[in-house]
Amino acid sequence: MKFGETVIPAEEFLAEGHSFCIGCGEALALRLACKALGKDVIIANATGCIEICTSPLPLTSWRVPWIHTLFENTAAVISGIEAGLKILTKKSKMPERNIKCVAIAGDGGTSDIGIQALSGAFERNHNFLYICFDNEAYMNTGIQRSSATPYGASTTTAPAGKFSIGQVTRKKNMAAIAAAHNIPYVATACPSYRFDLMKKVRKAAAVKGPAYVHILAPCPTGWRYGTDLTIKIGQLAVQTGIFPLYEIENGRYILNADPPRLKPVAEYLKLQGRYRHLRDEDIEKIQKMVNEDYAKLKEMAAAFPL
Amino acid sequence: MPCESYNDGSGGGAMNQRVALEGSHAVAEAVRMADVDVISAYPITPQTHIPERLAEMVANGELNAAYIPVESEHSALSTCLGAAAVGARTFTATAGQGLELMHEVVYIASSMRYPVVMAVCNRALSAPLNVWGDHSDAMAVRDTGWIQVFCQNGQEAFDLTLWAFRVGEDPKVLFPVMVHLDGFTLSHVTEPVILPEQSDVDRFLPKFQYPFALDPDRPMTHGAFGPPDIYSETKLAQEVAFRKSKEVILRGWQEFGDIFHRYYRPVEEYKTENAETLLLTMGAFTETAKVVIDERKDKGEAVGLISLRLWRPFPFEEFRQSVRGAKVLIVLDRCISFGRGGPVFAEIRSALYDEEPRPKVVGLIGGLGGRDLSEEDFDYIITRGREIAEKGSDRMLETVNIR
Repeated sequence: MKFGETVIPAEEFLAEGHSFCIGCGEALALRLACKALGKDVIIANATGCIEICTSPLPLTSWRVPWIHTLFENTAAVISGIEAGLKILTKKSKMPERNIKCVAIAGDGGTSDIGIQALSGAFERNHNFLYICFDNEAYMNTGIQRSSATPYGASTTTAPAGKFSIGQVTRKKNMAAIAAAHNIPYVATACPSYRFDLMKKVRKAAAVKGPAYVHILAPCPTGWRYGTDLTIKIGQLAVQTGIFPLYEIENGRYILNADPPRLKPVAEYLKLQGRYRHLRDEDIEKIQKMVNEDYAKLKEMAAAFPL
Repeated sequence: MPCESYNDGSGGGAMNQRVALEGSHAVAEAVRMADVDVISAYPITPQTHIPERLAEMVANGELNAAYIPVESEHSALSTCLGAAAVGARTFTATAGQGLELMHEVVYIASSMRYPVVMAVCNRALSAPLNVWGDHSDAMAVRDTGWIQVFCQNGQEAFDLTLWAFRVGEDPKVLFPVMVHLDGFTLSHVTEPVILPEQSDVDRFLPKFQYPFALDPDRPMTHGAFGPPDIYSETKLAQEVAFRKSKEVILRGWQEFGDIFHRYYRPVEEYKTENAETLLLTMGAFTETAKVVIDERKDKGEAVGLISLRLWRPFPFEEFRQSVRGAKVLIVLDRCISFGRGGPVFAEIRSALYDEEPRPKVVGLIGGLGGRDLSEEDFDYIITRGREIAEKGSDRMLETVNIR
């Protein structure tokens, strides 16, 4: 790796004064992603934490062109932006420029309510990058479960109780869903690994055609941990294998960080209040799920040796 | 099919001639001559002939535009928002359930001031499923802040679509425009339509210069959220701007008439002079009603007809002027506002409340879900309308041609 790649540009595209919670992993990931994207970008944002924390009229935190319209239509809005720029350039109504079209949304806006529009935009092969900031629940509305909430997590609409473990379903695999559209680039990232995150965002932005980056965004408010632990939690998510870092380039899986031995998932779970109710056997069950998923991922990566 | 001269995509040749065109194709022709940049649509009966024709034009190089075949109506209008936000001229079309599915996006387009033009081939709303015409879809988007007009025939479908771009994109307006044409009875009916010269169209319709285009050299935030201390002011500003759009609406029709020699008004008055009984219609049934008015007029009856062309912003002044002197005003609704009656009837009655003297306003409902209204039915509407005005009605709902 060249030294230059590890330097984070000083220019800020997300201005100070936003209202993200202290210790927000999403704000950090967003800030890094914006630095990686640079100035020549148009961002379409779904309703959610990022939108609310950066745009209370008459203020804005955005130093790049930015648009928010609704919750579930962000992939459609970016489709229109991309198509608009392309045809206006073709008709010489606009000078030729390389403007990157980027859609950003949370896990609910991506894997639940926005999945139809996203699937459509992938299928139509627009030249755009879609970044999902996954904090594993509807945090903006108060920690309600989404299809990206992991098994066993307690949320306000799937709370742990005498007769429930909390989330009883397994986390939807959005990266695999994106890859199933035969798009050229899919990656997972986490702000605890900032150079990796920025590298992937840059790479995804340079791809011609649709690209998808799924970023785990630790959330102290929703996951109920101390605001100083965000980086550590993100590291543990990767080191335990519950959120592995990988890329899918033209269908080819590449595991970016494959430690010789994964840490026990309990180390990750025990730092978070949303998992506090879990018994040893529940943790064991989750460990089994992680092992299974990780083994599958390794198989996929092994199928395409470097 | 229309003759070959207009279909060659060059914009030249022998134009300004009458051709036989289906209502849907008349809309598509207007979109082509407007040199639209982005079309995004999802198929739904009875709108399909519009996007089909446009897709064909793009495929054949007759129209230099992006045609985005989206996966839903929600995305159709959302895509138009994105394209309009970077300064593209945009068009979509839908009907019935499609308009319902995009409902929340409809409000966004007007509130964020993107001048999208949308043709709506008016269709009934499910359940039970019904693909045929009425005005339920239009009434459900009554309050969404779009400029809305109703077409009576194929010529109007062409003219008002072209005019919609001129008005919506005016820097003093920047509101989206909905062109309503009745599903099947207008969208699928072939009529003679006069197509203008491309040079005249270009003279009428300037290039779209969106003043707030998203541009990395001039970063702008579109769609910030409105907390309670500012939301009310944004809505008031929107209403003020929307009402003011009427000036450009009227100017647009004046300019249109000066170039193309067809002059439109917000309220069309048909043989209303000295009329004691007036019938009020919207859309394609107006032409059937005219036949009945003619017959009654020939018999010496003091009847006339008014048709609302401009539905939003509501043309209070022109409407009140048009009914002045009448004793009875009979309103036909092609929609039921459940628990209330006819939505147009309610609005009309309210619009006349402060007038003195004012006609007695009565309402009938008919033509739902493709149920035809014949000349005999309009005859009944007038006869029964007068009866109700004179003696009142003991029925829950006054209807025509409903068992």
